[in-house]
Amino acid sequence: MIRLLSLLLLALGALAAPLQADDRLPPAPYAYRQLDNPVQEQKAQALMETLRCLVCQGQSIADSDAPMAGDMRNQVRQRIAAGEEPEAIRQWLIERYGDYVSYAPRITASTWPLFVLPLAILVLAFLLLRRRFAAPEKLS
Amino acid sequence: MIAELGLAALWLAAALAVLQLVAGSLALSGKAQGLGGVVRPVAMVQGGLALLSFAALIVLFCQTDLSVKLVALNSHSAKPLIYKLAGTWGNHEGSMLLWVTVMGLAGGFVALVERRLPEATMLATLAGQAFVSIGFYAFLLMSSNPFERLPQPAIEGQGLNPLLQDIGLAFHPPTLYLGYVGLSVAFSFAIGALITREVGPAFARAMRPWVMGAWIFLTIGITAGSYWAYYELGWGGWWFWDPVENASLMPWLAATALLHSASVLAARNALRAWTIMLGVVAFSMSMVGTFLVRSGILTSVHAFAVDPERGTFILALLAINIGAALLLFALRAATVTEGERFTVTSREGALVFNNVMLTGILGIVLVGTLYPLLAEAMGSKVSVGPPYFNPAGAIFAVPMLVVLAVGPLLRWRRDSFSRVRGQLLLPLLLALGLAAGVAFNRGIDLLPAIGLALAPALMLASLLPLRARSLMRTPLPIWGMVVAHFGMGVALFGMASDSAFSTERLVAVYVGDNVGVGPWQVRLDRIEPVAGPNWTALEAKMLASYDGGAAVEIDPQARNFWAPPQQTAESALLTRWNGQLYAVLGEQGEDGRWQLRLWWKPFVPMIWLGGLLIALGGVLALFGRVASDVRRVIARDKIAYRRQKQGR
Repeated sequence: MIRLLSLLLLALGALAAPLQADDRLPPAPYAYRQLDNPVQEQKAQALMETLRCLVCQGQSIADSDAPMAGDMRNQVRQRIAAGEEPEAIRQWLIERYGDYVSYAPRITASTWPLFVLPLAILVLAFLLLRRRFAAPEKLS
Repeated sequence: MIAELGLAALWLAAALAVLQLVAGSLALSGKAQGLGGVVRPVAMVQGGLALLSFAALIVLFCQTDLSVKLVALNSHSAKPLIYKLAGTWGNHEGSMLLWVTVMGLAGGFVALVERRLPEATMLATLAGQAFVSIGFYAFLLMSSNPFERLPQPAIEGQGLNPLLQDIGLAFHPPTLYLGYVGLSVAFSFAIGALITREVGPAFARAMRPWVMGAWIFLTIGITAGSYWAYYELGWGGWWFWDPVENASLMPWLAATALLHSASVLAARNALRAWTIMLGVVAFSMSMVGTFLVRSGILTSVHAFAVDPERGTFILALLAINIGAALLLFALRAATVTEGERFTVTSREGALVFNNVMLTGILGIVLVGTLYPLLAEAMGSKVSVGPPYFNPAGAIFAVPMLVVLAVGPLLRWRRDSFSRVRGQLLLPLLLALGLAAGVAFNRGIDLLPAIGLALAPALMLASLLPLRARSLMRTPLPIWGMVVAHFGMGVALFGMASDSAFSTERLVAVYVGDNVGVGPWQVRLDRIEPVAGPNWTALEAKMLASYDGGAAVEIDPQARNFWAPPQQTAESALLTRWNGQLYAVLGEQGEDGRWQLRLWWKPFVPMIWLGGLLIALGGVLALFGRVASDVRRVIARDKIAYRRQKQGR
């Protein structure tokens, strides 16, 4: 039983590996290396620019020297190289780290105002302009 | 002694601000009209005392007086003098002292030179300026005293964040603050005009140079801040939609809208309430920005201290100032009529359209910046970044840029599109041709493609107002408009080109290896150790040759600071007319190879060149208007003098 538990813990530990990235270890293989396939690298780059470096100050993982950002770049590049779709990788990261990791907010119960407010601004702008420009024939 | 002098000056300045508010209000209400005469001198002296207090803090930092807590916490005796100086505002207390100093000086300067407005409006304006200042003086004196002494002088200071030890920092915050806080003058003018109900062309003409001055500094500050992030952070990014960047962008958007609506008010006596509203909004955005940056609600290189008490204090100030201004606006707006009417196809029509679009962008940035904070307060963490801001902002920015090309060609009040159609044919064909060319290139995303097609057409169209004019006789403000709009096109082209055409190489190489990036061949020649005043570094000597041409040496560094201990990557930039090579030295691997990061960024310097052109346009317009004002005053004085002589 104890052995099972410790195995489980080990497995959990492996899952959480990027969070505990060790500064003293050499960076993961694809942290500072591009994929050989330029199409895949472009895909990876576009995705990395929209993922937050969780230990940095408002930077994406594509803009950071932090070891954790390096590990996440490695993850992204390896998964892209293995043929995964960028959005599937984003989904996988969100499941691990929460919505905070993605700079592209999804529409959820807590984020809907982010999408409704711009529409409201657009409608307001339209109304404002229409009122302002209404009835030009009054101009003599 | 110097610390005590600085603190005394600060208290005196705060007391004078109270006097300024009380005397101004009493004189306005008619209870003590004699007091009106003291308001201007008090405002000037208040500004002088604030400056004296700030100068005292600068002296303390330059001497590295370690008995002062702020110096001990943020400076170090081994730091170069320029960074000791810049360290004065590289911390919370010092930067807030800079804030009140600029605010005091702006008020004093207005009191000294502004003579065009009715005296009652001036009194109300200066009282308004004092009202806002008092809050910030109280904030400094009660919760962020920069002159606090330590019971026991520290042996050595704790140093300044190495990221901030850069020549860019020496000028970035003061420039931005002149912009942020300069907008307080627009706010006070708006309050003053609301109180006395004197909203008209004269008010707009009086307010415009102040807004223009603040806007120029904001433009330069944002441009410099973006360039600083670009070369200092070492990854080639130049805008991150970080809340701190947004905090500087929001007042700029509001001030840009305000400048344009003020010119409608000045020329046509229209958009009165709207202009007042923008005056209130612009400085409110400055205060929101200060709250975001200084309250510790964000973790960033700008948030020096995390102290909830300070955050609450600034939030309260924000609520009082913005709340009071909006309340006044709500009470008085009904009595301020909208003014003259005009049609859609007129200069005013285009300006109104762009005002609404700018305000729309402002709304998007505000929502995207504040919502994550709100969500976090309610227990869910979300991130809002480029995938949100870019498309949402573009919805408003693209129509705005199209109208920007047309608007300056239209006449005031009433015009028809058919009159200007002929002139616009060439830019239109250019845009369509580029759009077709870009469409063939599959790898480019939609937004950069729109930018690439639009930018050259915009540059061309922005020059059209000069057509059929004698260039020597064109008034300076027209030149200003042309240069600023041209700068928009230039910056847009740089942004689009960077997104569309940048190439990146991340490689590990041995000394002597060659790397290709875009049209460049870069050779890692050797690695040398170098030492600075408070850091040591490894410097890579790299030879870069463009398209087989002669090699040029570039030397990126990996620096180690020791107080506080931190590593930074100093990038090396090589600029050509058609772009920039960007090189960063990383760490050495176990196999002895060096990590290099190289980018070739075609036309990227145009982003900041465009920003500077926009600011230069502002300078030209400001200079032109002030010069013609001065000429008018001199002419008036001459006439008055002649009449006096004839009268004798």
